[in-house]
Amino acid sequence: MSDEAARRPRVFLVDDHHLFRAGVRAELKDAVSVVGEADEVGAAVELIGERNPDVVLLDVHLPGGGGQAVIEAVRGLAPEVRFLALSVSDAPEDVIAVIRAGARGYVTKAISGPELIDAVRRVAGGDAVFSPRLAGFVLDAFAALAPGAAAPSVDPELDQLSTREREVLRLIARGYTYKEVARDLSISTKTVETHVSAVLRKLQLSTRHQLTYWATERRLI
Amino acid sequence: MAGGLSARLGVDVTLVRVGFVLAAIFGAFGVALYLVLWLVMPMAGQPRCIAARVASDRRGILLALTVLPALAATTVVFAALHTGVLPSLLWPFFLSVAALILIWRNCDPEERAFIRQAVEAVIHLQTRPAHRRRVLVVRLGAGVVVIALGLALLTLSQRAPSVSIVRPVIGAVLVLAGIVDLFGPWWLRLARDVVDERQARIRAEDRADLAARVHDSVLQTLALIQRSAGEPRRVVQLARAQERELRAWLFDGELPGTAGDGAVSLVAGVKLIAGEVEGDHKIPVEVVTVGDCPLDDRLRALLAAAREAILNAAKWSGASTVSLYAEVERDKVSVFVRDRGRGFDPDQVAEDRRGIAHSIQARMLRVGGRATVRTAPGEGTEVELTVGRDGRR
Repeated sequence: MSDEAARRPRVFLVDDHHLFRAGVRAELKDAVSVVGEADEVGAAVELIGERNPDVVLLDVHLPGGGGQAVIEAVRGLAPEVRFLALSVSDAPEDVIAVIRAGARGYVTKAISGPELIDAVRRVAGGDAVFSPRLAGFVLDAFAALAPGAAAPSVDPELDQLSTREREVLRLIARGYTYKEVARDLSISTKTVETHVSAVLRKLQLSTRHQLTYWATERRLI
Repeated sequence: MAGGLSARLGVDVTLVRVGFVLAAIFGAFGVALYLVLWLVMPMAGQPRCIAARVASDRRGILLALTVLPALAATTVVFAALHTGVLPSLLWPFFLSVAALILIWRNCDPEERAFIRQAVEAVIHLQTRPAHRRRVLVVRLGAGVVVIALGLALLTLSQRAPSVSIVRPVIGAVLVLAGIVDLFGPWWLRLARDVVDERQARIRAEDRADLAARVHDSVLQTLALIQRSAGEPRRVVQLARAQERELRAWLFDGELPGTAGDGAVSLVAGVKLIAGEVEGDHKIPVEVVTVGDCPLDDRLRALLAAAREAILNAAKWSGASTVSLYAEVERDKVSVFVRDRGRGFDPDQVAEDRRGIAHSIQARMLRVGGRATVRTAPGEGTEVELTVGRDGRR
């Protein structure tokens, strides 16, 4: 981990559950500096614009439009702010929607304190954070776009994962850390991060509308 | 009414009622008789009947008499228009109006309230705001005029049968339009009431169902948690199990308490075994799945082997969580069970500890699948289970 990423990131919390915010603040307080918090979209957008944090820990489900609305509003105000989605939601379409809006990663609320700190540092350093569950969602989403069944698209490159990317995601879904993935595939950790960022980019830029709501027609192949 | 008559005649009240109904069915005579009796018989607890009260109501009679000039005027107008038939209809009409005025003035408050309610329900008189009332007057007026026009067309065409069919049709349409105009709002309101009532009932049923389910699952668990407050591990396990059940309910639509019962798909089955081990061994199992497919015998064997692998991880690895990843591909299904525990040296496993060999590897081989164990002391353990899928796309 580089020195830059190791310094205390400035973190902003957005979650409508007071107890959960308090819990996260307690877990993070030694490793990051929490510069503010909000419990709904309007206040979050205003305060994030004001405090300019490195990372926003963002609940997927929020009163007033959800995490997606916060990301979209802040993008115009402070484009350098990075978002890490945090949710109890198991609904893949919600998670994918937040990632597509621009979040740099997604972790479940059951994540342990040290893992969360690690994830925050990684997002602050510009990397993507894929929890096993997000990796599963993404594999599922792109599998639904498998070639053959698919209609022609604007940019086929964006609509498919490379074999390597698929391997990386599969290992993450199996519970491997980036370091373990790198060792298993005999590549460097940096390369793993590059692959993950590429997947994130495809996820965000793909114009295939199926990607947005593939989950509603969960297939039985 | 029937009660009063039976008291006077000394006949059973039910018989009197039956008599009235029969008379009403077999002719208007029964209805007329009932009305006349209603007028001339005093109500229970009242000294005088309506007819007697009418006779002594001077002001009422005067008021009723005012219809006479109206009758005369309209008769003259219709005579001047040479419409012939109508004057014969005017007499009964005006007589009825006069009679209704008298009856209204002299019936009991109770009966008056009943009549008012009936009439208001029909023509919607009770609209409060002034402008709405004006709208109402216009609507009623228009309805009456349209019906009158229609009736006039109908009666006129009777006198001239050679006239084309068009006129009676128009007349009938006008009468219908007038009736719809007058009674439409009432019908609409009735229909709306029925719909509202239905929706309210459905909502109430939904809420009752929700309450029952929340009680059976969440509230029971909360009660257990309170009783287990002294045992942190038990509390965590209860909370995890409840969380799993709620998720299955909210996001996958599986009813609490039925989760996975006779699971029909791979994902449901995977979640079921993960939940079982989690409950029995108080260790969180993180489940990630990609794709899904119906369960068949080979996949059931795969699930049984996976369950054994999770159990091993829970019992022996010492890890704090177990990861389970299941992926359905076109030609095969894979399940990975991984822990970051102490791991072991496969060559050192004693002959009498045959769990892996029997439950996992042999089971997979029987269905044409494969089981691979990757482990080393201190490295954790991963069990990979794969089975082919045949005959599917």
